[in-house]
Amino acid sequence: MVDFSIWDIFRNLLLAARWTIALSLIAFVGGGLVGLALLVARIARWPGAEPLARGYVQLFQGTPLLMQLFLAYFGLGLFGINVSPWVAASLALTLYSSAFLTEIWRGSVASVAKGQWEASAALALSLGEQLRHVIGPQALRVAVPPTVGFLVQVVKGTALASVIGFIELTKAGTMITNATFRPFTVYACLALMYFALCYPISAWSKSLERKLHGQR
Amino acid sequence: MASAEMSASKSIVSIKGLKKRFGANEVLKGIDLEVGAGEVIAIIGKSGSGKSTLLRCVNGLEVFDQGTLHVDGLPLVHGSKAAMRALRQRVGMIFQSFNLFPHLSVGKNVMLAPSLVKKTAAASGAEQAQRLLARVGLAEKFDASPDELSGGQQQRVAIARALAMEPAVLLCDEITSALDPELVGEVLRVVESLAVDGMTLLMVTHEMSFARKVSDRVVFMHAGRIHEIGPPQQIFGAPQTAELRQFLSALDG
Repeated sequence: MVDFSIWDIFRNLLLAARWTIALSLIAFVGGGLVGLALLVARIARWPGAEPLARGYVQLFQGTPLLMQLFLAYFGLGLFGINVSPWVAASLALTLYSSAFLTEIWRGSVASVAKGQWEASAALALSLGEQLRHVIGPQALRVAVPPTVGFLVQVVKGTALASVIGFIELTKAGTMITNATFRPFTVYACLALMYFALCYPISAWSKSLERKLHGQR
Repeated sequence: MASAEMSASKSIVSIKGLKKRFGANEVLKGIDLEVGAGEVIAIIGKSGSGKSTLLRCVNGLEVFDQGTLHVDGLPLVHGSKAAMRALRQRVGMIFQSFNLFPHLSVGKNVMLAPSLVKKTAAASGAEQAQRLLARVGLAEKFDASPDELSGGQQQRVAIARALAMEPAVLLCDEITSALDPELVGEVLRVVESLAVDGMTLLMVTHEMSFARKVSDRVVFMHAGRIHEIGPPQQIFGAPQTAELRQFLSALDG
């Protein structure tokens, strides 16, 4: 039997961490873009945007991420579309993140006083200018803590992608355990690695919050 | 203050047959009003008489259901972004709750709209802001943050911010109602100086002595209509209707 050192375990987990990071980034960026588009459609009162967005949010907040991953992976297969675990995981996490982010941001925008909308409208600003220069900066301060809190959830949520055969940290940990028979060591390293990913995000959120509140 | 001939020659705000309802409640039941250039109009009346709603119709913050409204010859067209943008550049508004932008310095509050809407260059925008802040007595507050100012100072910044767009008419919606009594005077003095300089003013106010002193005409609103209109001496000195007499005596009581 081959002997595995701690370094062997750690090195292989580090390699797999790349895919956790990549998947998280896809979910952040994709979810952020889709979430922002939904937010703007709601604020601009595009016909049908509000009920559509509300239904969308309900759907993705009301079902487990695990089901969404299964549906993206096996469901698309039913339509004859052959998707890789990569595509399925990216799609499911993007949709999931966008639903939460758009709702968090809608609340942040709603927290800005109505008088700010009226004052900027009275000064002849267009909707885009209002959002960019008056409402956005004020909503951003409110949005940072819950947004970052959710992003930490997404990093940990990528672990679920292991069930559709996507090889990220958790899946790699399981595979290494099967080879080494040292589950405690492996999963302890795994936990450390998730912590090392999530802690800087939380710390960054704190500093960002301070900066946004200090800024004039 | 404007003479009657001047008012007749050029109408800055022209309101015809304006009607507005909130659900089943008709708050404006047909308003006709012509405001001449340089004229100062005070709008008084009980709460719920429609006076604030009327004011907010002038720059389209409220959508009206019937009638027409022109400012400086420009029609108010709800749903037309271009028309609203053109009209709102001619109408300044000052609010009861100031509504300064809390994330921007005092100077940037004043400069924001001209730089975005009129594409004023940064240097001339800053110069204009400095000049307007000096005019409202706050020249040294250019870099201050709104939350460092008293209510009276914030309201004066709001006036400077509205003036920066060089409006043809200024709407004042109970602008001293949220102020501590000792701060009311400084704001009213600024408004009075604007009136003296020939700015067209449309103000909803509870400051009757101010309305009497500064306005050319007083509009008494009652139950969604202009119930009585006339020069302040007539409105306050010789009210024609029972409703106005009752309103004025309630104030004295």
